[in-house]
Amino acid sequence: MTRLRDPLLWLIVLFIALLLLMPHSTALFSWLFPDLSRPVYQQESFISLAMAHLSLVGISSLVATVVGVGLGIIVTRPWGQEFRSIVETITAAGQTFPPVAVLAVAVPVMGFGRDPAIIALVLYGLLPILQGTLAGIGAVPASVREIALGAGMSQGQTLLKVELPLAAPLMLTGIRTSVIINIGTATIASTVGTTTLGSPIIIGLSGYNMAYVIQGAVLVALAAIVTDRLFERLLKHITRHAR
Amino acid sequence: MIEFDSVSKYFNGVPAVSNLTLNIRKGEFTILIGTSGSGKSTTLKMINRLIEPNEGHIRFAGEDIREQDPKALRRRMGYAIQSIGLFPHWTVAHNIATVPGLLKWPKKQIENRVDELLSLVGLEPAQFRHRYPHQLSGGQQQRVGVARALAADPEVLLMDEPFGALDPVTRGSLQQEIMRIHKLLGRTIVLVTHDIDEALTLGDNIVLMDGGKVVQQGTPLTLLAKPENDFVRDFFGRSERGIRLLSQRTVAQSVRADERLDGTPIHQEMTLREALSQFLDRETLQLPVVDKDNRPCGVLHFNDLIRGSHDQVA
Repeated sequence: MTRLRDPLLWLIVLFIALLLLMPHSTALFSWLFPDLSRPVYQQESFISLAMAHLSLVGISSLVATVVGVGLGIIVTRPWGQEFRSIVETITAAGQTFPPVAVLAVAVPVMGFGRDPAIIALVLYGLLPILQGTLAGIGAVPASVREIALGAGMSQGQTLLKVELPLAAPLMLTGIRTSVIINIGTATIASTVGTTTLGSPIIIGLSGYNMAYVIQGAVLVALAAIVTDRLFERLLKHITRHAR
Repeated sequence: MIEFDSVSKYFNGVPAVSNLTLNIRKGEFTILIGTSGSGKSTTLKMINRLIEPNEGHIRFAGEDIREQDPKALRRRMGYAIQSIGLFPHWTVAHNIATVPGLLKWPKKQIENRVDELLSLVGLEPAQFRHRYPHQLSGGQQQRVGVARALAADPEVLLMDEPFGALDPVTRGSLQQEIMRIHKLLGRTIVLVTHDIDEALTLGDNIVLMDGGKVVQQGTPLTLLAKPENDFVRDFFGRSERGIRLLSQRTVAQSVRADERLDGTPIHQEMTLREALSQFLDRETLQLPVVDKDNRPCGVLHFNDLIRGSHDQVA
């Protein structure tokens, strides 16, 4: 019974139901937009759009997490501290650079498709992850680090057993922000020929088809909400020792 | 056990410890005491190589510590600091098992050791094993900290103001506890504090430091009764020195064994400082004394408090 009361479960059910039912919603959208001859997006199935969207976000977020967390760890080591300010500056610049502009620069070099989109999304998503990692590691009390070393842990053991687990909640918060941003931003990857849930939105905008825009936007928004709830759940799980 | 040989440590060119020569004997409870910036914490952290000296040598059990692997060295020494030093994401049992875990003890042996240590520091194993540090009071956290420091049966216990953050009542009971553990296990303990009464209560050997140098070292009684200079005298409190001297002696040392008296008796293990309080409280000049089995063993006279304060200094 308690499982059935979980809003996350219902959000996931709703998302899947919309993916499956969207192709059969012609009646609804012709009633809402009587002027449109083809009121439901049918170039690709919504399920394949969603899969493509999530895999694009998954790959770019994974790369951004590995790079962001890796950089965060390096610049908090005694030997990497002098690189800290330059890493922070470059990463911050990565986020001030609009993803559309990155696409505009990357496409002539790499051609149309997924690769330029992944680069744009990685650059855009790096900053929150790096900041989360730096804040998390910075929040580990000096006394705890001292005890870890004093008990005879190596630098590596101190990092893996003490610093990273204690930094995890703030790191995860950064990753969560980054992934949510990327789910929204990935829609514009469809401007360079990548299939995503942004495809109906882009095509709808250029063809004055509001029905397409709504169909894409609702699914992207729901995907973001479901993901956000999933992170909420994960965060609760890893901070259970503090309750 | 631990020998400092002309050890100096500079931070940005400023000496924190200069030309320190010190010998900490096996099985002794040694207190490093001094004001802030006297170099006492630096001295302690040089023993387990959390701080490396610039000059001189430190020997542990006869070997130069610089020739040993810091990790292996630290696992032979227990280390306890103020209560915040527990790992907040680990249970009490996991915290205590830190060093045995690093030494890769078998799981069963670690479990037994954890329970044994929890009982030793006065925490019921079944009740506390699975708790997280934030679910404990400050005093309980510190007990766990002491248990963790003792976990792998270290040859020496290093403690950096371990009771500094506790209220006076909890601090008092933990001081009793650590003295009991010291008597029970006969472990060498080096403890840093700035609390004079803590030093006088716990220490076999007190090392008073100032400006990175040892001003005087010796038994509590020596430092109180035979201060080498005005700094020592001022440090142990000119006005309270007499009272502190009383707290170094017990009723048993001044009792008149051939006399008997009626009334509520005091115990012979009591310090003369506590006995003084009893005299004032009861407005009397004589108190009956009993031994630890509550058998009458003599009478304490108020006049006897005054005699012999300076006699027992070695």
